[in-house]
Amino acid sequence: MTPVLQMERVAKRFGAVTALREVNLNLAAGEVLGLIGDNGAGKSTLVKLLCGFHQPDSGHILLDGEEVTLKSVRQARALGIDIVYQDLALINELSVYHNMFLGREHVGFARLLSNRRMRGLAREHLDAMGVRIPSVDVEVAKLSGGQRQAIAVARSVYSRSRILLLDEPLAAMGAKEGALILDLVRDLKARGEVSIVIIAHNYAQILDVCDRVNLLQHGTITFDKPTAETSLQELTDLVVAEYRKARTRGGSP
Amino acid sequence: MRRVREEFLRHREASVLVVALGLGLYFMSVTDVFLSAANLVNISQAMAPAAIVACGTVLLLVSGEIDLSVGVVAALAPFMMHYAIDFWGVPAIPAILLALLTGTLIGFGNGFVTVVLRVPSFVTTLGTLYFVTGVVLTTSHAYPAEIPGPVDGAIGAWLGAADWAHLGWALVIVVFLHVVLTRTRWGLHTVAVGGNPLGAAEAGVRTARIKIGNFMIAGTLGAFAGLIEAFRIHTIDPNIGGGTGLMFTAVSAAVIGGTALAGGSGTIVGGALGALVLAVLQNGMNLIGISANPYFLILGLAILVSMIANVYLTRLRRAGRT
Repeated sequence: MTPVLQMERVAKRFGAVTALREVNLNLAAGEVLGLIGDNGAGKSTLVKLLCGFHQPDSGHILLDGEEVTLKSVRQARALGIDIVYQDLALINELSVYHNMFLGREHVGFARLLSNRRMRGLAREHLDAMGVRIPSVDVEVAKLSGGQRQAIAVARSVYSRSRILLLDEPLAAMGAKEGALILDLVRDLKARGEVSIVIIAHNYAQILDVCDRVNLLQHGTITFDKPTAETSLQELTDLVVAEYRKARTRGGSP
Repeated sequence: MRRVREEFLRHREASVLVVALGLGLYFMSVTDVFLSAANLVNISQAMAPAAIVACGTVLLLVSGEIDLSVGVVAALAPFMMHYAIDFWGVPAIPAILLALLTGTLIGFGNGFVTVVLRVPSFVTTLGTLYFVTGVVLTTSHAYPAEIPGPVDGAIGAWLGAADWAHLGWALVIVVFLHVVLTRTRWGLHTVAVGGNPLGAAEAGVRTARIKIGNFMIAGTLGAFAGLIEAFRIHTIDPNIGGGTGLMFTAVSAAVIGGTALAGGSGTIVGGALGALVLAVLQNGMNLIGISANPYFLILGLAILVSMIANVYLTRLRRAGRT
Protein backbone atom coordinates (compact mmCIF):
# COMPACT_ATOMS: atom_id res chain seq x y z
CA MET A 1 0.00 0.00 0.00
CA THR A 2 1.26 3.48 -0.81
CA PRO A 3 2.22 5.45 2.30
CA VAL A 4 0.04 8.53 2.87
CA LEU A 5 3.12 10.66 3.32
CA GLN A 6 6.64 10.19 2.03
CA MET A 7 9.83 12.22 2.10
CA GLU A 8 12.40 11.29 -0.55
CA ARG A 9 16.01 12.49 -0.19
CA VAL A 10 14.85 15.74 1.33
CA ALA A 11 17.55 18.27 2.22
CA LYS A 12 17.32 21.69 3.82
CA ARG A 13 20.03 24.23 4.52
CA PHE A 14 19.96 27.55 6.33
CA GLY A 15 22.95 29.53 5.06
CA ALA A 16 26.04 27.56 6.10
CA VAL A 17 24.11 25.23 8.39
CA THR A 18 22.84 21.95 6.97
CA ALA A 19 19.70 21.16 8.97
CA LEU A 20 18.62 18.10 6.98
CA ARG A 21 21.17 16.19 4.89
CA GLU A 22 19.06 13.49 3.31
CA VAL A 23 15.81 12.38 4.84
CA ASN A 24 13.77 9.42 3.67
CA LEU A 25 10.59 8.93 5.66
CA ASN A 26 7.41 6.93 5.20
CA LEU A 27 4.15 7.30 7.05
CA ALA A 28 1.55 4.58 6.47
CA ALA A 29 -2.19 5.18 6.62
CA GLY A 30 -3.45 5.10 10.20
CA GLU A 31 0.06 4.78 11.55
CA VAL A 32 1.54 6.56 14.57
CA LEU A 33 5.19 7.35 13.92
CA GLY A 34 7.50 8.48 16.69
CA LEU A 35 10.32 10.78 15.68
CA ILE A 36 13.15 11.05 18.17
CA GLY A 37 16.57 12.65 18.08
CA ASP A 38 18.93 14.92 19.91
CA ASN A 39 18.41 18.67 20.05
CA GLY A 40 19.70 20.07 16.76
CA ALA A 41 19.29 16.79 14.90
CA GLY A 42 16.75 18.47 12.63
CA LYS A 43 13.43 17.34 14.11
CA SER A 44 11.77 20.73 14.05
CA THR A 45 13.09 21.48 10.58
CA LEU A 46 11.63 18.21 9.35
CA VAL A 47 8.25 19.03 10.84
CA LYS A 48 8.34 22.56 9.49
CA LEU A 49 8.90 21.17 5.98
CA LEU A 50 5.92 18.84 6.39
CA CYS A 51 3.57 21.54 7.62
CA GLY A 52 4.55 23.94 4.85
CA PHE A 53 6.38 26.47 7.01
CA HIS A 54 9.71 25.87 5.23
CA GLN A 55 10.30 24.49 1.76
CA PRO A 56 12.98 21.84 1.00
CA ASP A 57 16.10 22.78 -1.03
CA SER A 58 16.03 19.40 -2.77
CA GLY A 59 14.14 16.12 -2.65
CA HIS A 60 10.43 15.43 -2.80
CA ILE A 61 7.44 15.28 -0.49
CA LEU A 62 4.73 12.89 -1.65
CA LEU A 63 1.14 12.79 -0.50
CA ASP A 64 -0.69 9.55 -1.45
CA GLY A 65 2.18 8.81 -3.82
CA GLU A 66 1.92 12.11 -5.66
CA GLU A 67 4.47 14.85 -5.36
CA VAL A 68 3.25 18.02 -3.62
CA THR A 69 4.81 21.42 -3.07
CA LEU A 70 3.78 22.78 0.32
CA LYS A 71 4.06 26.52 -0.10
CA SER A 72 2.42 27.60 3.15
CA VAL A 73 0.95 26.30 6.39
CA ARG A 74 -2.46 27.22 5.05
CA GLN A 75 -1.94 25.19 1.90
CA ALA A 76 -0.63 22.17 3.80
CA ARG A 77 -3.67 22.39 6.02
CA ALA A 78 -5.96 22.50 2.99
CA LEU A 79 -4.32 19.25 1.85
CA GLY A 80 -5.07 17.74 5.27
CA ILE A 81 -1.66 18.07 6.94
CA ASP A 82 -1.97 19.93 10.22
CA ILE A 83 0.51 20.78 12.95
CA VAL A 84 -0.61 21.04 16.55
CA TYR A 85 1.60 23.22 18.70
CA GLN A 86 1.49 22.88 22.40
CA ASP A 87 0.39 26.32 23.44
CA LEU A 88 0.36 28.59 20.44
CA ALA A 89 -2.78 27.37 18.82
CA LEU A 90 -5.57 28.43 21.14
CA ILE A 91 -6.92 31.82 22.16
CA ASN A 92 -6.99 32.00 25.96
CA GLU A 93 -9.67 34.68 26.04
CA LEU A 94 -12.20 32.70 24.00
CA SER A 95 -14.44 29.84 25.06
CA VAL A 96 -13.66 26.25 24.13
CA TYR A 97 -16.33 26.12 21.42
CA HIS A 98 -15.26 29.43 19.87
CA ASN A 99 -11.73 28.07 19.76
CA MET A 100 -12.97 24.88 18.13
CA PHE A 101 -14.61 26.86 15.35
CA LEU A 102 -12.16 29.76 15.05
CA GLY A 103 -11.63 30.60 11.40
CA ARG A 104 -14.64 28.56 10.24
CA GLU A 105 -17.51 29.75 12.41
CA HIS A 106 -21.12 28.87 11.73
CA VAL A 107 -23.27 31.93 11.12
CA GLY A 108 -27.00 32.29 10.78
CA PHE A 109 -29.51 35.12 10.55
CA ALA A 110 -27.87 38.42 9.48
CA ARG A 111 -24.51 36.66 9.60
CA LEU A 112 -24.62 36.56 13.37
CA LEU A 113 -22.69 33.74 15.05
CA SER A 114 -24.76 30.59 15.61
CA ASN A 115 -23.41 30.08 19.11
CA ARG A 116 -25.97 27.45 20.07
CA ARG A 117 -25.13 25.34 17.04
CA MET A 118 -21.36 25.61 17.54
CA ARG A 119 -21.72 24.84 21.25
CA GLY A 120 -23.70 21.70 20.51
CA LEU A 121 -21.36 20.47 17.77
CA ALA A 122 -18.29 21.13 19.92
CA ARG A 123 -19.75 19.22 22.85
CA GLU A 124 -20.72 16.31 20.60
CA HIS A 125 -17.31 16.14 18.97
CA LEU A 126 -15.32 16.40 22.21
CA ASP A 127 -17.50 13.73 23.81
CA ALA A 128 -16.99 11.46 20.83
CA MET A 129 -13.24 11.90 21.15
CA GLY A 130 -13.33 11.29 24.89
CA VAL A 131 -11.98 14.73 25.74
CA ARG A 132 -13.30 15.62 29.16
CA ILE A 133 -13.64 19.27 30.16
CA PRO A 134 -16.03 20.96 32.62
CA SER A 135 -17.97 22.78 29.88
CA VAL A 136 -17.46 24.02 26.34
CA ASP A 137 -18.36 27.50 27.60
CA VAL A 138 -15.30 27.97 29.79
CA GLU A 139 -12.46 30.16 28.64
CA VAL A 140 -9.49 28.16 27.46
CA ALA A 141 -7.29 30.06 29.95
CA LYS A 142 -9.00 28.13 32.74
CA LEU A 143 -8.04 24.70 31.37
CA SER A 144 -4.92 22.69 32.09
CA GLY A 145 -2.11 22.24 29.56
CA GLY A 146 -3.26 18.72 28.76
CA GLN A 147 -6.85 19.76 28.23
CA ARG A 148 -5.76 22.60 25.97
CA GLN A 149 -3.61 20.29 23.91
CA ALA A 150 -6.50 17.83 23.66
CA ILE A 151 -8.75 20.60 22.38
CA ALA A 152 -6.15 21.67 19.82
CA VAL A 153 -5.92 18.06 18.59
CA ALA A 154 -9.70 17.69 18.57
CA ARG A 155 -10.03 20.89 16.57
CA SER A 156 -7.56 19.63 14.03
CA VAL A 157 -9.31 16.29 13.66
CA TYR A 158 -12.64 18.07 13.36
CA SER A 159 -11.32 20.11 10.45
CA ARG A 160 -10.74 16.82 8.60
CA SER A 161 -6.98 16.69 8.89
CA ARG A 162 -5.58 13.35 7.69
CA ILE A 163 -2.07 13.81 8.94
CA LEU A 164 -1.38 15.26 12.37
CA LEU A 165 2.03 16.52 13.37
CA LEU A 166 2.36 16.71 17.15
CA ASP A 167 5.45 18.73 18.07
CA GLU A 168 6.59 17.81 21.59
CA PRO A 169 3.02 17.23 22.79
CA LEU A 170 4.17 16.03 26.19
CA ALA A 171 6.80 18.64 26.99
CA ALA A 172 6.22 20.56 30.21
CA MET A 173 3.36 18.26 31.16
CA GLY A 174 2.87 16.11 34.23
CA ALA A 175 2.47 12.34 34.02
CA LYS A 176 -1.31 12.53 34.44
CA GLU A 177 -1.65 15.22 31.80
CA GLY A 178 0.62 13.32 29.43
CA ALA A 179 -1.48 10.20 29.86
CA LEU A 180 -4.51 12.22 28.73
CA ILE A 181 -2.80 13.04 25.43
CA LEU A 182 -1.51 9.51 24.95
CA ASP A 183 -5.04 8.18 25.49
CA LEU A 184 -6.28 10.60 22.88
CA VAL A 185 -3.63 9.42 20.40
CA ARG A 186 -4.61 5.79 21.11
CA ASP A 187 -8.27 6.64 20.49
CA LEU A 188 -7.40 8.30 17.20
CA LYS A 189 -5.35 5.27 16.21
CA ALA A 190 -8.26 2.97 16.96
CA ARG A 191 -10.52 5.07 14.78
CA GLY A 192 -7.95 4.83 11.99
CA GLU A 193 -8.91 8.09 10.30
CA VAL A 194 -5.68 9.94 10.81
CA SER A 195 -1.97 9.24 10.59
CA ILE A 196 0.19 10.84 13.25
CA VAL A 197 3.81 11.93 13.58
CA ILE A 198 4.83 12.56 17.20
CA ILE A 199 8.06 14.34 18.02
CA ALA A 200 9.15 13.55 21.54
CA HIS A 201 11.96 13.30 24.03
CA ASN A 202 10.42 10.72 26.31
CA TYR A 203 11.19 7.35 24.71
CA ALA A 204 9.08 5.33 27.11
CA GLN A 205 5.97 7.22 26.08
CA ILE A 206 6.89 6.90 22.40
CA LEU A 207 7.19 3.14 22.74
CA ASP A 208 3.91 3.04 24.55
CA VAL A 209 1.85 4.65 21.82
CA CYS A 210 3.72 4.52 18.48
CA ASP A 211 3.71 1.84 15.81
CA ARG A 212 7.17 2.72 14.57
CA VAL A 213 10.15 4.76 15.70
CA ASN A 214 12.54 6.82 13.59
CA LEU A 215 15.74 8.28 14.97
CA LEU A 216 17.06 11.44 13.37
CA GLN A 217 20.81 12.07 13.71
CA HIS A 218 22.75 14.87 12.07
CA GLY A 219 20.10 15.57 9.48
CA THR A 220 19.35 12.03 8.41
CA ILE A 221 17.28 9.10 9.66
CA THR A 222 19.65 6.47 11.00
CA PHE A 223 17.22 4.10 12.63
CA ASP A 224 13.78 2.89 11.59
CA LYS A 225 12.05 -0.01 13.34
CA PRO A 226 8.56 -1.03 14.41
CA THR A 227 8.15 -0.46 18.15
CA ALA A 228 7.49 -4.16 18.64
CA GLU A 229 11.02 -4.96 17.45
CA THR A 230 12.88 -2.46 19.57
CA SER A 231 13.14 -1.59 23.24
CA LEU A 232 13.73 1.31 25.55
CA GLN A 233 17.21 -0.12 26.12
CA GLU A 234 18.07 -0.11 22.42
CA LEU A 235 16.89 3.47 21.90
CA THR A 236 18.74 4.70 24.97
CA ASP A 237 21.92 2.90 23.88
CA LEU A 238 21.75 4.54 20.44
CA VAL A 239 21.47 7.98 21.91
CA VAL A 240 24.11 7.39 24.57
CA ALA A 241 26.51 6.11 21.90
CA GLU A 242 25.98 9.28 19.92
CA TYR A 243 26.51 11.40 23.01
CA ARG A 244 29.83 9.59 23.75
CA LYS A 245 31.00 10.10 20.17
CA ALA A 246 30.16 13.79 20.33
CA ARG A 247 32.05 14.12 23.60
CA THR A 248 35.22 12.47 22.32
CA ARG A 249 35.08 14.60 19.20
CA GLY A 250 34.51 17.74 21.19
CA GLY A 251 37.17 16.78 23.77
CA SER A 252 40.03 15.98 21.37
CA PRO A 253 42.24 18.88 20.35
CA MET B 1 -16.70 38.60 50.72
CA ARG B 2 -14.45 36.83 48.26
CA ARG B 3 -17.50 35.92 46.17
CA VAL B 4 -18.73 39.49 46.15
CA ARG B 5 -15.32 40.61 44.99
CA GLU B 6 -15.23 38.05 42.20
CA GLU B 7 -18.72 38.86 41.02
CA PHE B 8 -17.82 42.54 40.95
CA LEU B 9 -14.79 41.80 38.79
CA ARG B 10 -16.70 39.49 36.50
CA HIS B 11 -19.44 41.99 35.72
CA ARG B 12 -17.44 45.08 35.13
CA GLU B 13 -20.12 46.83 33.08
CA ALA B 14 -22.65 46.40 35.85
CA SER B 15 -20.22 47.85 38.36
CA VAL B 16 -19.50 50.85 36.12
CA LEU B 17 -23.26 51.38 35.74
CA VAL B 18 -23.63 51.27 39.53
CA VAL B 19 -20.93 53.93 39.83
CA ALA B 20 -22.69 56.11 37.23
CA LEU B 21 -26.06 55.72 38.98
CA GLY B 22 -24.48 56.37 42.39
CA LEU B 23 -22.90 59.56 41.11
CA GLY B 24 -26.23 60.56 39.56
CA LEU B 25 -28.10 59.95 42.83
CA TYR B 26 -25.56 61.96 44.76
CA PHE B 27 -25.71 64.95 42.42
CA MET B 28 -29.52 64.69 42.37
CA SER B 29 -29.62 64.97 46.13
CA VAL B 30 -27.40 68.02 46.29
CA THR B 31 -28.85 70.00 43.39
CA ASP B 32 -32.29 70.15 41.77
CA VAL B 33 -30.87 71.25 38.46
CA PHE B 34 -29.17 67.91 37.83
CA LEU B 35 -32.32 66.10 36.67
CA SER B 36 -33.72 69.01 34.64
CA ALA B 37 -34.27 68.28 30.95
CA ALA B 38 -31.74 70.90 29.92
CA ASN B 39 -29.05 69.38 32.11
CA LEU B 40 -29.75 65.84 30.93
CA VAL B 41 -29.25 67.13 27.40
CA ASN B 42 -25.95 68.63 28.55
CA ILE B 43 -24.80 65.33 29.99
CA SER B 44 -25.83 63.38 26.90
CA GLN B 45 -24.00 65.85 24.67
CA ALA B 46 -20.88 65.65 26.78
CA MET B 47 -21.03 61.88 26.84
CA ALA B 48 -21.84 61.10 23.20
CA PRO B 49 -18.61 62.10 21.39
CA ALA B 50 -16.50 60.33 24.01
CA ALA B 51 -18.73 57.24 23.89
CA ILE B 52 -18.64 57.14 20.08
CA VAL B 53 -14.87 57.50 19.92
CA ALA B 54 -14.55 55.02 22.80
CA CYS B 55 -16.35 52.38 20.70
CA GLY B 56 -13.60 52.54 18.08
CA THR B 57 -10.94 52.68 20.76
CA VAL B 58 -12.34 49.56 22.46
CA LEU B 59 -12.29 47.63 19.15
CA LEU B 60 -8.69 48.67 18.60
CA LEU B 61 -7.56 47.95 22.15
CA VAL B 62 -9.22 44.53 22.05
CA SER B 63 -7.37 43.74 18.82
CA GLY B 64 -4.14 44.82 20.51
CA GLU B 65 -3.63 48.29 19.02
CA ILE B 66 -4.26 51.92 19.94
CA ASP B 67 -5.09 55.06 17.97
CA LEU B 68 -3.90 58.37 19.41
CA SER B 69 -5.05 60.34 16.37
CA VAL B 70 -8.85 59.94 16.65
CA GLY B 71 -9.26 63.25 18.48
CA VAL B 72 -7.58 65.33 15.80
CA VAL B 73 -9.39 63.43 13.06
CA ALA B 74 -12.50 64.82 14.79
CA ALA B 75 -11.12 68.31 14.21
CA LEU B 76 -10.26 67.65 10.57
CA ALA B 77 -13.58 66.10 9.48
CA PRO B 78 -15.78 69.23 9.83
CA PHE B 79 -13.15 71.26 7.98
CA MET B 80 -13.19 68.72 5.16
CA MET B 81 -16.96 69.20 4.95
CA HIS B 82 -16.49 72.99 4.96
CA TYR B 83 -13.79 72.91 2.23
CA ALA B 84 -15.82 70.50 0.10
CA ILE B 85 -18.98 72.60 0.19
CA ASP B 86 -17.59 76.12 0.21
CA PHE B 87 -14.47 75.74 -1.97
CA TRP B 88 -15.04 72.71 -4.17
CA GLY B 89 -18.78 73.03 -4.73
CA VAL B 90 -19.66 69.57 -3.45
CA PRO B 91 -23.35 69.07 -2.46
CA ALA B 92 -24.26 68.64 1.21
CA ILE B 93 -24.61 64.86 1.62
CA PRO B 94 -21.55 63.89 -0.48
CA ALA B 95 -19.55 66.50 1.45
CA ILE B 96 -20.51 64.88 4.75
CA LEU B 97 -19.65 61.45 3.36
CA LEU B 98 -16.33 62.85 2.17
CA ALA B 99 -15.63 64.13 5.69
CA LEU B 100 -16.36 60.67 7.13
CA LEU B 101 -14.30 59.02 4.40
CA THR B 102 -11.34 61.21 5.38
CA GLY B 103 -11.46 59.59 8.81
CA THR B 104 -11.74 56.14 7.25
CA LEU B 105 -8.71 56.80 5.04
CA ILE B 106 -6.61 58.13 7.91
CA GLY B 107 -7.57 54.96 9.80
CA PHE B 108 -6.49 52.90 6.82
CA GLY B 109 -3.16 54.74 6.74
CA ASN B 110 -2.64 54.08 10.45
CA GLY B 111 -3.50 50.42 9.97
CA PHE B 112 -1.29 50.02 6.92
CA VAL B 113 1.78 51.55 8.58
CA THR B 114 1.17 49.54 11.75
CA VAL B 115 0.36 46.16 10.23
CA VAL B 116 2.27 46.10 6.95
CA LEU B 117 5.26 48.29 7.80
CA ARG B 118 5.27 46.95 11.37
CA VAL B 119 5.54 50.24 13.23
CA PRO B 120 4.00 49.99 16.71
CA SER B 121 0.59 51.66 16.58
CA PHE B 122 1.46 53.98 19.46
CA VAL B 123 4.21 55.50 17.32
CA THR B 124 2.28 55.39 14.02
CA THR B 125 -0.70 57.23 15.42
CA LEU B 126 1.49 59.65 17.39
CA GLY B 127 2.92 60.68 14.02
CA THR B 128 -0.57 60.90 12.53
CA LEU B 129 -1.73 62.94 15.54
CA TYR B 130 0.84 65.67 14.85
CA PHE B 131 0.54 65.44 11.07
CA VAL B 132 -3.25 65.83 11.07
CA THR B 133 -3.02 68.64 13.64
CA GLY B 134 -0.67 70.36 11.20
CA VAL B 135 -3.08 69.85 8.32
CA VAL B 136 -5.98 71.32 10.32
CA LEU B 137 -4.04 74.36 11.55
CA THR B 138 -2.35 75.08 8.21
CA THR B 139 -5.43 74.79 6.02
CA SER B 140 -7.70 76.67 8.45
CA HIS B 141 -5.02 79.22 9.44
CA ALA B 142 -6.10 78.26 12.95
CA TYR B 143 -9.36 80.20 12.53
CA PRO B 144 -12.83 78.79 13.04
CA ALA B 145 -15.27 78.69 10.11
CA GLU B 146 -19.03 78.90 9.90
CA ILE B 147 -21.28 75.93 9.25
CA PRO B 148 -21.85 76.00 5.44
CA GLY B 149 -25.37 77.04 4.36
CA PRO B 150 -26.42 73.80 2.62
CA VAL B 151 -25.96 71.74 5.81
CA ASP B 152 -27.17 74.38 8.23
CA GLY B 153 -30.75 73.23 8.62
CA ALA B 154 -32.43 69.85 8.77
CA ILE B 155 -29.18 68.01 8.09
CA GLY B 156 -27.42 69.92 10.85
CA ALA B 157 -30.28 69.24 13.27
CA TRP B 158 -30.14 65.51 12.58
CA LEU B 159 -26.38 65.51 12.90
CA GLY B 160 -26.10 67.17 16.28
CA ALA B 161 -27.79 70.56 16.44
CA ALA B 162 -31.02 69.04 17.84
CA ASP B 163 -31.12 68.41 21.59
CA TRP B 164 -31.22 64.63 21.59
CA ALA B 165 -29.36 63.94 18.35
CA HIS B 166 -26.13 63.19 20.23
CA LEU B 167 -27.70 60.61 22.48
CA GLY B 168 -29.55 58.98 19.57
CA TRP B 169 -26.42 58.52 17.49
CA ALA B 170 -24.40 57.32 20.45
CA LEU B 171 -27.03 54.69 21.30
CA VAL B 172 -27.29 53.47 17.71
CA ILE B 173 -23.51 53.18 17.35
CA VAL B 174 -23.00 51.56 20.76
CA VAL B 175 -25.72 48.95 20.19
CA PHE B 176 -24.53 48.19 16.67
CA LEU B 177 -20.87 47.79 17.59
CA HIS B 178 -21.74 45.84 20.73
CA VAL B 179 -23.47 43.29 18.50
CA VAL B 180 -20.50 43.34 16.11
CA LEU B 181 -18.01 42.65 18.91
CA THR B 182 -20.02 39.96 20.69
CA ARG B 183 -22.04 38.22 18.01
CA THR B 184 -20.17 38.35 14.70
CA ARG B 185 -17.14 36.75 13.13
CA TRP B 186 -15.50 40.15 12.99
CA GLY B 187 -15.81 40.55 16.76
CA LEU B 188 -14.62 37.03 17.51
CA HIS B 189 -11.62 37.51 15.25
CA THR B 190 -10.90 40.88 16.87
CA VAL B 191 -10.65 39.18 20.26
CA ALA B 192 -8.59 36.34 18.78
CA VAL B 193 -6.10 38.70 17.12
CA GLY B 194 -5.64 40.66 20.33
CA GLY B 195 -5.45 37.58 22.55
CA ASN B 196 -3.01 35.52 20.50
CA PRO B 197 -1.97 36.97 17.12
CA LEU B 198 0.06 33.93 16.07
CA GLY B 199 -2.57 31.43 17.16
CA ALA B 200 -5.27 33.41 15.40
CA ALA B 201 -3.28 33.51 12.16
CA GLU B 202 -2.62 29.77 12.51
CA ALA B 203 -6.37 29.17 12.77
CA GLY B 204 -6.93 31.04 9.54
CA VAL B 205 -7.96 34.45 10.90
CA ARG B 206 -6.92 37.24 8.53
CA THR B 207 -5.18 39.25 11.20
CA ALA B 208 -4.00 42.12 8.98
CA ARG B 209 -7.49 42.69 7.63
CA ILE B 210 -9.04 42.68 11.12
CA LYS B 211 -6.55 45.17 12.52
CA ILE B 212 -6.64 47.54 9.54
CA GLY B 213 -10.44 47.32 9.53
CA ASN B 214 -10.62 48.30 13.17
CA PHE B 215 -8.32 51.28 12.54
CA MET B 216 -10.72 52.33 9.76
CA ILE B 217 -13.73 52.01 12.07
CA ALA B 218 -11.95 54.07 14.73
CA GLY B 219 -11.01 56.76 12.19
CA THR B 220 -14.57 56.96 10.83
CA LEU B 221 -16.03 57.24 14.33
CA GLY B 222 -13.52 60.00 15.14
CA ALA B 223 -14.66 61.92 12.06
CA PHE B 224 -18.31 61.39 12.97
CA ALA B 225 -17.78 62.61 16.54
CA GLY B 226 -16.13 65.75 15.12
CA LEU B 227 -19.06 66.42 12.79
CA ILE B 228 -21.74 66.17 15.47
CA GLU B 229 -19.68 68.41 17.75
CA ALA B 230 -19.36 71.01 14.99
CA PHE B 231 -23.13 71.03 14.46
CA ARG B 232 -23.78 71.21 18.20
CA ILE B 233 -21.54 74.24 18.81
CA HIS B 234 -22.57 75.60 15.39
CA THR B 235 -18.98 76.39 14.50
CA ILE B 236 -16.24 74.54 12.68
CA ASP B 237 -13.50 75.03 15.20
CA PRO B 238 -9.91 73.75 15.08
CA ASN B 239 -10.26 73.05 18.80
CA ILE B 240 -12.96 70.41 18.33
CA GLY B 241 -11.73 67.29 20.06
CA GLY B 242 -9.44 69.46 22.18
CA GLY B 243 -6.26 68.16 20.54
CA THR B 244 -5.61 65.01 22.58
CA GLY B 245 -8.53 65.65 24.96
CA LEU B 246 -11.22 63.61 23.23
CA MET B 247 -8.81 60.77 22.52
CA PHE B 248 -7.65 60.53 26.13
CA THR B 249 -11.23 60.74 27.40
CA ALA B 250 -12.13 57.85 25.08
CA VAL B 251 -9.16 55.75 26.24
CA SER B 252 -10.08 56.54 29.86
CA ALA B 253 -13.69 55.52 29.21
CA ALA B 254 -12.55 52.26 27.62
CA VAL B 255 -10.19 51.48 30.50
CA ILE B 256 -12.74 52.37 33.19
CA GLY B 257 -15.18 50.14 31.30
CA GLY B 258 -12.85 47.19 31.75
CA THR B 259 -10.92 47.03 28.49
CA ALA B 260 -7.39 45.67 28.83
CA LEU B 261 -4.68 47.56 27.00
CA ALA B 262 -2.89 44.30 26.32
CA GLY B 263 -5.65 43.18 23.97
CA GLY B 264 -8.03 40.25 23.96
CA SER B 265 -10.70 41.58 26.28
CA GLY B 266 -13.05 44.51 26.58
CA THR B 267 -16.63 45.51 25.88
CA ILE B 268 -18.30 48.28 23.91
CA VAL B 269 -20.98 48.74 26.57
CA GLY B 270 -18.28 49.10 29.22
CA GLY B 271 -16.60 51.83 27.19
CA ALA B 272 -19.89 53.70 26.72
CA LEU B 273 -20.66 53.48 30.44
CA GLY B 274 -17.16 54.70 31.18
CA ALA B 275 -17.91 57.75 29.03
CA LEU B 276 -21.19 58.21 30.94
CA VAL B 277 -19.40 58.14 34.32
CA LEU B 278 -16.92 60.77 33.15
CA ALA B 279 -19.68 63.00 31.73
CA VAL B 280 -21.82 62.75 34.89
CA LEU B 281 -18.81 63.44 37.08
CA GLN B 282 -17.75 66.53 35.17
CA ASN B 283 -21.28 67.86 34.84
CA GLY B 284 -22.17 67.30 38.51
CA MET B 285 -19.00 68.94 39.77
CA ASN B 286 -19.78 71.91 37.56
CA LEU B 287 -23.29 72.15 38.99
CA ILE B 288 -22.29 72.09 42.62
CA GLY B 289 -19.64 74.70 41.90
CA ILE B 290 -16.48 72.70 42.45
CA SER B 291 -13.75 73.97 40.18
CA ALA B 292 -12.76 71.75 37.28
CA ASN B 293 -9.41 70.94 38.80
CA PRO B 294 -10.35 68.11 41.19
CA TYR B 295 -12.06 66.41 38.24
CA PHE B 296 -8.65 65.34 37.03
CA LEU B 297 -7.77 64.05 40.48
CA ILE B 298 -10.81 61.79 40.38
CA LEU B 299 -10.26 60.80 36.73
CA GLY B 300 -6.68 59.80 37.51
CA LEU B 301 -7.75 57.72 40.49
CA ALA B 302 -10.55 56.10 38.49
CA ILE B 303 -8.12 55.03 35.77
CA LEU B 304 -5.61 53.64 38.27
CA VAL B 305 -8.26 51.74 40.20
CA SER B 306 -9.71 50.31 36.98
CA MET B 307 -6.33 49.17 35.69
CA ILE B 308 -5.42 47.58 39.03
CA ALA B 309 -8.76 45.77 38.95
CA ASN B 310 -7.99 44.62 35.40
CA VAL B 311 -4.60 43.18 36.31
CA TYR B 312 -6.15 41.55 39.36
CA LEU B 313 -8.95 40.09 37.27
CA THR B 314 -6.50 38.57 34.81
CA ARG B 315 -4.57 36.98 37.66
CA LEU B 316 -7.81 35.69 39.14
CA ARG B 317 -8.72 34.10 35.82
CA ARG B 318 -5.39 32.37 35.42
CA ALA B 319 -5.59 31.14 39.00
CA GLY B 320 -9.15 29.95 38.40
CA ARG B 321 -7.89 26.86 36.56
CA THR B 322 -9.47 23.68 37.78
